[in-house]
Amino acid sequence: MFMRFFHRMASPPYFYVISGRWLPWLAVICLALILAGLYGGLVEAPADYQQGDSFRIIYIHVPSAWMSLFIYVVMAVAGGIGLIWHIKLAEMVAVSSAPIGASFTFLALVTGSLWGKPMWGTWWVWDGRLTSELILLFLYLGVIALYGAIDDKRRAGRAAAILALVGVVNIPIIHYSVEWWNTLHQGPTVTKFDKPSIHISMLIPLLLMAGGFKLFYLIAVLMRLRSEILERERNSKWVTALVGSEDRRQKTEDRVQESDVDPRRVGP
Amino acid sequence: MKRRSTLNAFYFLLKRDLILNFRRRAEIANPLLFFVIVITLFPLGVGAKPQLLQSMAPGVIWVAALLAAMLSLDRIFRSDFEDGSLEQLLLSAHPVSVLVLAKVAAHWLVTGLPLLVVAPLLAVLLGLPVDAMGVLVVTLLLGTPVLSLVGAIGVALTVGLRRGGIILSLLVLPLYIPVLIFASNAVDMAAGGLPVTAQLSMLAAFLALALALAPWPAAAALRISLS
Amino acid sequence: MTFSSADCEPDKPEYYLEACDLTCVRDDQVLFDGLNFRIGSKQVLLIEGKNGSGKTSLLRILCGLGLQDGGEVKWCGESIERLGAGYHQHLAYVGHHDGIKRDLTVLENLHMAQALDQPGRLTIDQALEKVNLWGYEDVQAHALSAGQRRRLALARLLVTDNCLWILDEPFTAMDKEGIADFERLIATHTAHGGLVVLTSHHSLNCDGADVQRIDLS
Repeated sequence: MFMRFFHRMASPPYFYVISGRWLPWLAVICLALILAGLYGGLVEAPADYQQGDSFRIIYIHVPSAWMSLFIYVVMAVAGGIGLIWHIKLAEMVAVSSAPIGASFTFLALVTGSLWGKPMWGTWWVWDGRLTSELILLFLYLGVIALYGAIDDKRRAGRAAAILALVGVVNIPIIHYSVEWWNTLHQGPTVTKFDKPSIHISMLIPLLLMAGGFKLFYLIAVLMRLRSEILERERNSKWVTALVGSEDRRQKTEDRVQESDVDPRRVGP
Repeated sequence: MKRRSTLNAFYFLLKRDLILNFRRRAEIANPLLFFVIVITLFPLGVGAKPQLLQSMAPGVIWVAALLAAMLSLDRIFRSDFEDGSLEQLLLSAHPVSVLVLAKVAAHWLVTGLPLLVVAPLLAVLLGLPVDAMGVLVVTLLLGTPVLSLVGAIGVALTVGLRRGGIILSLLVLPLYIPVLIFASNAVDMAAGGLPVTAQLSMLAAFLALALALAPWPAAAALRISLS
Repeated sequence: MTFSSADCEPDKPEYYLEACDLTCVRDDQVLFDGLNFRIGSKQVLLIEGKNGSGKTSLLRILCGLGLQDGGEVKWCGESIERLGAGYHQHLAYVGHHDGIKRDLTVLENLHMAQALDQPGRLTIDQALEKVNLWGYEDVQAHALSAGQRRRLALARLLVTDNCLWILDEPFTAMDKEGIADFERLIATHTAHGGLVVLTSHHSLNCDGADVQRIDLS
C-alpha cells in the first residue's frame, strides 16, 4: 500500500493537488511545535548555572545543526533515488532541499557565533563543530552552484545528485578529521554538549524545536516543489488548464468592470 | 584477431595520455610554477622571521600543493572533451571507470610527481628541518593521488561548463580538507621529531578509499556531462 | 571490389536495433514524439530532416550518450541502458567531432581505437589503403586536412570489430571521390551483416544495400 502511495505521488499533477491540501494543516502543526519549543526553552527551562541566559540560543542552534545534517542526507538519498530510478520528483526534492539546508547551516553558524561571543569574547572560534558546519555550508553551496551553472535542468539535477552523494560519503570523513584537528590544537569548545548529561527539562524543548524545524523543512520543500513542478510542466495540459481556469475567471471580472465604466461609450 | 582485454585498454590509454602530455610538455610546467610562486608569496606576505616561517611551512606547502593540484585538474578531460575523444571513451567496450583510472594515473604522473621533486627544495626556503623532508615527500606521495582522484570527480562534473574552473574549486576544495589536515600535521610532527604513523596510516587509508570509490562517480559524472 | 569466400560469414547472428516510442524535448520544443523503427542486419537507416530537426539528438540517444524524454532503445530485444558496455561493444559512432587526437599520429590514433574496442577484420594498413590515407601513418593528425581527418575517423570504423555503425553527417568535408569510396564501404559492411544508421544532407547511393528512410521534419 505504501508503494502504491509513493507511485501515485510520483505523478506531478496528483502530487500538486494533494500537497496543496496538506500544506495548511502542516503549517498549523509546525507553528504549534515551534511555539511550544520556544516557550519551553525560553521561559520554562532553568538558566544554566555557568552561562546564564545566553545559553538559551542552543534551542535554535542545536536543532538547526541537526537539520543541516538531516537535510543533506535527505538531499543525497533523494538525489540517488532520482538518479537510479529516473523519478523526476525525487530529483526535484533533492534540488529544492539544497537552499533550505544551506539556510539552516547558516543559521547554525550564526547562532553558534552568537553563543560564543559572550563566552569567549570573539565572534568566531575554530571549534570542531563550527568548523564542520562551515565546511558543510561549502558543500551545500557547491551543490547549489553546480545546479545553477548547468542550463539543461534535467542534466543539472543529475549532476547535483552525484555531487550530493559524493558529499554525503565525505561528511563523516570531514567531521572526524576536523574533530581530530581541533583536539590537536586544543582550541576553545563552544558546543560541549554530551548527550547523557542533558536534563529532561532541556531535552523536551529541544525535541519540540527539532520536530517543528523538520515540519518547517517539509513545508518549505513542498512549496518549492510545487512551484518547480509548475515551471517544469508549464506546457502540459493540466498546468495550462489550472492556470487557464484562473485566467478565465480574471478575464470575466475585467470585462464586467469595463462595461460599467467605459468612457468611450457614447450614449445609447 | 586476438581479443584485447580491459587491462590492455588501461595500459594503452595511460600510455596515450603520457605521450600526449609529453608532446605538449611546455604546459606541464605551469602548475609547478604556480606551486613555487604561491609558496614564495607567504614570506613576502607574513614577514621572513625564521621561526614563523618554520611553523607555517607544513601548512603552506600543503595548501600550495592543493591549489596547484586543483589548477591542473582541467587537463584531465579538457582536450578529450573538445575533440570528441571523450565520447569515444564512453562508448568503449571496456568499463569507463577503468578508463578514468588510467587517465587519472597519467595525470598524476605528469602533475603530482613533479611536486614531490620540487617540494623539498621549497621546504628549504621556508626553513623546514631536514628530518621532516622525508615525511613531506611521503605525505605528498600518498596525498597527491587522492587529490587527482577526487578532483577527477569534480572536473568530470564541470567539464562542459563555461566557467567550470571557478565552480570546480568550490566543489573540490572542501573534499580536500581531510588530506590537508592529516598531511600538514604529519609534517609538523615530523619537524618536531614526533611519531607520524597514525597520520600516514590515515593518508594511506584515504588513498585506498579514493582508488576504490572515486572512478565510479567520475564515470557517471562524465556520462551526465556529455548527455 | 571483390569478395573472397572468406569474407562471407553465413553463420553470423542476426542483430537488430529498435526504437520504441522515442520522445525528445529540447528547449521546450518537441523534436520527435513516439518515434518507432527497427533496423536489422544488412540494413541501412538514413535519417533525414532539416537542420535542428533533432537528427543529432536522435543519433546520440541511439548511442546511449543522450537521454531521451520518453520511450526506449533496444538492442536485440534488451534495453541499451541495461546492456551498457554489452551494447557498446557492438557500436561504433562517428559524430560531429572526429574523435581524433590532434597530437597523435594516424597510426597511434588507430591503435588507440583498436584498444578501446576490439580489432576488426582489416589490419590498419588495409584500412588506410581503403580510405586513401596510406603513407600518412606517421603524420600527426593536426597536419591533416579536414577531409583527411574525416577519412581517418572513418578508417576507425574499419579497424574495429563493431557491427553497428552510427554516423552523423559522415560525408561532410569530403569530395565526390571520397563520398563514393565511403558509400562502397557502407555497402560492404552491410553485405557482411552489419547495420548502419546515418544522417546525411545528400542522398545515399548504395547499390545492393537495403536502405530505409526516416524524415524527422
